[in-house]
Amino acid sequence: MIAQILFIIILAAAIYLFSKNVGKIRRNILLGRPADRSDNPALRWKTMAKIALGQTKMVKRPLAAVMHFFIYVGFIIINLEVMEIMIDGIFGSHRIFSKPLGGLYDLLIGGFEFLAILVLTACVVFLCRRNIVRLKRFSGTEMTEWPKSDANYILIIEILLMTAFLTMNAADHKLQLLNFGHYIKAGSFPVSSLLSPLLPDSAAGLELIERGCWWFHIIGILAFLNYLPYSKHFHILLAFPNTYYSNLHLKGEFTNMASVTGEVKAMLDPSFVPETTGEPQRFGAKDVTDLTWKNLMEAYTCTECGRCTSVCPANITGKLLSPRKIMMDTRDRITEVGNNIDKHGKDYTDNKALLDNYITREELWACTTCNACVEACPVNINPLEIITELRRYAVMEESQAPASINNMFGNVENNGAPWKYSAADRFNWADADIDK
Amino acid sequence: MSQNIPTMAEMAAEGKQPEILFWVGCAGSFDERAQRITRDICKILNHVGISFAVLGTEESCTGDPAKRAGNEFLFQMQAMANIQVLDAYEIKKIVTGCPHCFNTIKNEYPGLGGNYEVIHHSQLIQQLIDEGKLTAEGGESFKGKKITYHDPCYLGRGNNVYEAPRKALEILDADLVEMKRCKSNGLCCGAGGAQMFKEPEKGNKDINVERMADILESKATVVAAACPFCMTMLRDGVKHENKEQEIQVLDIAEITVRANGL
Repeated sequence: MIAQILFIIILAAAIYLFSKNVGKIRRNILLGRPADRSDNPALRWKTMAKIALGQTKMVKRPLAAVMHFFIYVGFIIINLEVMEIMIDGIFGSHRIFSKPLGGLYDLLIGGFEFLAILVLTACVVFLCRRNIVRLKRFSGTEMTEWPKSDANYILIIEILLMTAFLTMNAADHKLQLLNFGHYIKAGSFPVSSLLSPLLPDSAAGLELIERGCWWFHIIGILAFLNYLPYSKHFHILLAFPNTYYSNLHLKGEFTNMASVTGEVKAMLDPSFVPETTGEPQRFGAKDVTDLTWKNLMEAYTCTECGRCTSVCPANITGKLLSPRKIMMDTRDRITEVGNNIDKHGKDYTDNKALLDNYITREELWACTTCNACVEACPVNINPLEIITELRRYAVMEESQAPASINNMFGNVENNGAPWKYSAADRFNWADADIDK
Repeated sequence: MSQNIPTMAEMAAEGKQPEILFWVGCAGSFDERAQRITRDICKILNHVGISFAVLGTEESCTGDPAKRAGNEFLFQMQAMANIQVLDAYEIKKIVTGCPHCFNTIKNEYPGLGGNYEVIHHSQLIQQLIDEGKLTAEGGESFKGKKITYHDPCYLGRGNNVYEAPRKALEILDADLVEMKRCKSNGLCCGAGGAQMFKEPEKGNKDINVERMADILESKATVVAAACPFCMTMLRDGVKHENKEQEIQVLDIAEITVRANGL
């Protein structure tokens, strides 16, 4: 009875805390500007099913794809087992599904155990890739102490959880064979039974281990749940809405700014009266709140895998720009803005901004807009959109473009070409005598 | 060889409407190397007998470099002025010689009221091959030559056009090789996003030099390009490696013209 009450208290606290933190992230995301992504729900569901559920963009790197798939499937399917643990915890039952499911239960538990082994293997491989092989993709200026530790923590927690799960089953199985107490025969436990020789033979010792692992496993899962909002691992949840709200347009198409259209029309036709939509907005983005909610959702979705940065032509050739850093900076800044609101209220400004305090001009102007980062992201994050918005601010609000870019603007404006050639000479190419 | 290149103004004066407008682009108009590609595209159009026209001096920058660099004002000014010209001539179909113009007119003009059917010249060449109007006979033989194709970002990733330019190479009976980074994984030449008009940021090498490693590894003697900016960057890369004698950079249109002896 005490165990049940304790369990319910822990569960309720975990769920409360998690909801509160998710609520904060949601609030932070909604600090972004509006963007309409409500069109074409059929295609959106399909995109989500393909990219988030089906992980089709992971395939480009086969080893990572297979290992990640193990952990992903393991995570989803072993959750069925967690459901049983929850029910047992609340009602004080033990393996409540084993009787009604019978032989199927045996099969399911066996399946979970095999998955647990696959998850363990994948986690070990991933730890090796990060800490022994030291894949280049996992390093970089933005991969400081915390992001590196975060990745390792996640893998270690998963290893601990799976180990606890298997040890729990092994002890349970051994108790079943001893016909001890309520430990009814529930199946063959194909993987965990191999651990039996390592466990004590006394029922008391086994029960201690079984209960210990049970509590460790479930409290571990609830603690992990509450770790998610602080971690790159939050992608396991946000990958779904993030792909649902994907940009469905071709990658080459950049948004046309409606606010500019009104002004340009008024310039070309003095009789045109642009629609006034409340207070005038800043052109482009200086800070995270000038970005759209989708940009901010993407920042929270990023799991820092570095596929974007590893294909970025600027980064490959040693420039400062790293698309992953763009996303991490955006996330860190919006988190900071959110924390400021919590601490000092809505109207507080800390005189900091995404541009300059986080992302430098040098990074901004190194982008070739080649879309390699967008193509590479397994969950359809678009760092290029943020770069473009920051450029728009630098150019249209501050007139702070590199001098040669300003020259180009001047040429386009005056000669209708980015170079200093006269518009009158534009058709000279057709002269036959200059043909080879 | 003098060829017939009518302007829209001339056509309109005669009360004629061409089937397609050839949008030349700034590089195609002013860059000496790209001008040759422009004339070759005209040769192809004349050869197959498509009625076409160019805007000549009435053409202006699409606004692409301004937009990528963040100057939305300048982009929309250019776009709206161009749309006025195109609509005044009742243009329905456009072929461009540049993936940047192609992307901008096709994807970004509709939102500003400019709706046209837009294709890139590699797609036109593919269509002409499919229709049997273009072959690879009567000209220079590319048989057995190692050719690799460099995907321009705004044609490939930007608009998912990967096959059309390759189609134009497949009929050559050449030895086509893909670079390590190709199609959706293709590496940028380094010129996009208005980089063409500025010095690169500090780094350990230039992007086109990085791309040269892929080209050298492919052992190709001809690098096929489909974008005037890629053309410049790739040629600079070849120069940088002192491979001008061994490696030629040619546009898809130039290769087509040579293969057909136009």
